[in-house]
Amino acid sequence: MAERFGLLLALALLPSLAVAEISAARQAQLRHMLTHDCGSCHGLRMNGGLGPALTPAKLANREARALAAIILHGVPGTPMPPWRALMSAEEARWLAELMKQNSPNGSPKP
Amino acid sequence: MIRHLLRIALPCLALAALVACAEMPGAEQVVAKEALRGTGDLGIVVERAAGSVLVIETTHRRTLSQIDGLGDLSHASAVYSRDARYAYVFGRDGGLTKVDLLAGRIDKRIVQAGNSIGGAISQDGTLVAVSNYEPGGVRIFDSESLALVAEIPAVYDDAGSRSKVVGLVDAPGRRFVFSLYDAGQIWVADLSKPSNPGIRKFTDIGDKPYDAMITPEGRYYVAGLYGEDGLALLDLWHMEKGVERIMPGYGRGEAPLPVYKMPHMEGWAMAGDLAFVPAVGRHEVLVIDRNGWRERARIPVKGQPIFVMARPDAREVWVNFALPDNDTIQIIDVQTLAVSRTMTPGKAVLHMEFTPRGEQVWISVRDEDRVDVYDTASYEKLAALSAEKPSGIFLAARAHRIGL
Repeated sequence: MAERFGLLLALALLPSLAVAEISAARQAQLRHMLTHDCGSCHGLRMNGGLGPALTPAKLANREARALAAIILHGVPGTPMPPWRALMSAEEARWLAELMKQNSPNGSPKP
Repeated sequence: MIRHLLRIALPCLALAALVACAEMPGAEQVVAKEALRGTGDLGIVVERAAGSVLVIETTHRRTLSQIDGLGDLSHASAVYSRDARYAYVFGRDGGLTKVDLLAGRIDKRIVQAGNSIGGAISQDGTLVAVSNYEPGGVRIFDSESLALVAEIPAVYDDAGSRSKVVGLVDAPGRRFVFSLYDAGQIWVADLSKPSNPGIRKFTDIGDKPYDAMITPEGRYYVAGLYGEDGLALLDLWHMEKGVERIMPGYGRGEAPLPVYKMPHMEGWAMAGDLAFVPAVGRHEVLVIDRNGWRERARIPVKGQPIFVMARPDAREVWVNFALPDNDTIQIIDVQTLAVSRTMTPGKAVLHMEFTPRGEQVWISVRDEDRVDVYDTASYEKLAALSAEKPSGIFLAARAHRIGL
């Protein structure tokens, strides 16, 4: 029980640590980018398209750090581009955390 | 006499009582009641996030109705019935929705797959085909009832792997042509006997075909390749010649630039003998001479081109771009093969659609929740219509064009 609480606490703290460095306005931009620009290939609801589905269930076993690296550097040999020209490492990490937490239907939390 | 006239008029001009939509107040957006009308100046605008479409009218540049309940419309596209009354809208979530433009409502809707990318309607208008990512393949439906008529799984190896299907178009002779993204193949399906489609497969056509188009007369099918610099060309009049690679190595070995959005081939520009296509990973529009399919020029542009579309008079080619240049449109002068004008309509210009004779262009500006209408002679903005996160604009005149 305590372990579980600890896990929940850690999950709750993780994004807030990253959030501290990203302004609310920039967070809104990043959410918008996730839905509409990432959504062009991964689906508006993150259920996949040309790119794979990115729902929390699909990402459950992926570390946010690794996901952030994919966002920043892309996946060579696939259409996944490197996004580092458009966002910082902290912002990619924040997006990765957001994707892992999104509600099951995939719509980003407001 | 009157009865005789009605008999002629009714099939062409359905009696449409367009009732004002309660969700869309505003005098210019509401048409109380109209009696007889055609659909030649109608079209739809996809509201991608809301899962709705607007029925628009280009004569008075106004919205007639809003129709919702179409599901996930990211990357949605549409084709039209041969009477240009119904739009078939292909949604990301596998939804196939038949929308009645005159009545302003959904006529029929099915969810036919888990994940789909686009579709086409047969030359005779009887069959609607949908290209699916999941399960990979093509499903073909009766255009009247949306009943399943045929299924073509895109199985490409002995293990039964199924490829995502892209670049689906109609071709003369009740055929559909499409590309297998994961397998690097082009298939031509002959639906003369829908219960038993004849399929001709072309393998090793290139790495990762991502989209394709067919020339306006329906002869050449051209697939863009994501995985390599080049395009795959199939002459449907001479399929025995196989698929030919054109523009090989157009990137000249330079490292490609990041592509933040996949370009589109559909709607690419044919202007006289020249074809204009987006380069992939290069900030260039490629110009190909159709006589021999050789490179004529490459035109430097502001960013990664997405849609490259000829104004119907073929004197100009309009181009929009991927992030971070998606606030911009550039216009190429076909005579000089250079950019003649740069416009910035607003944040996230997703799509452009010319009216059939080209005097207006409708432009969706997603992040400003607006569709703008420009005069293509003066480049002045004629109107701005509100729309929620608009993406594709599809006018009913597409009903009468091969490949659209």
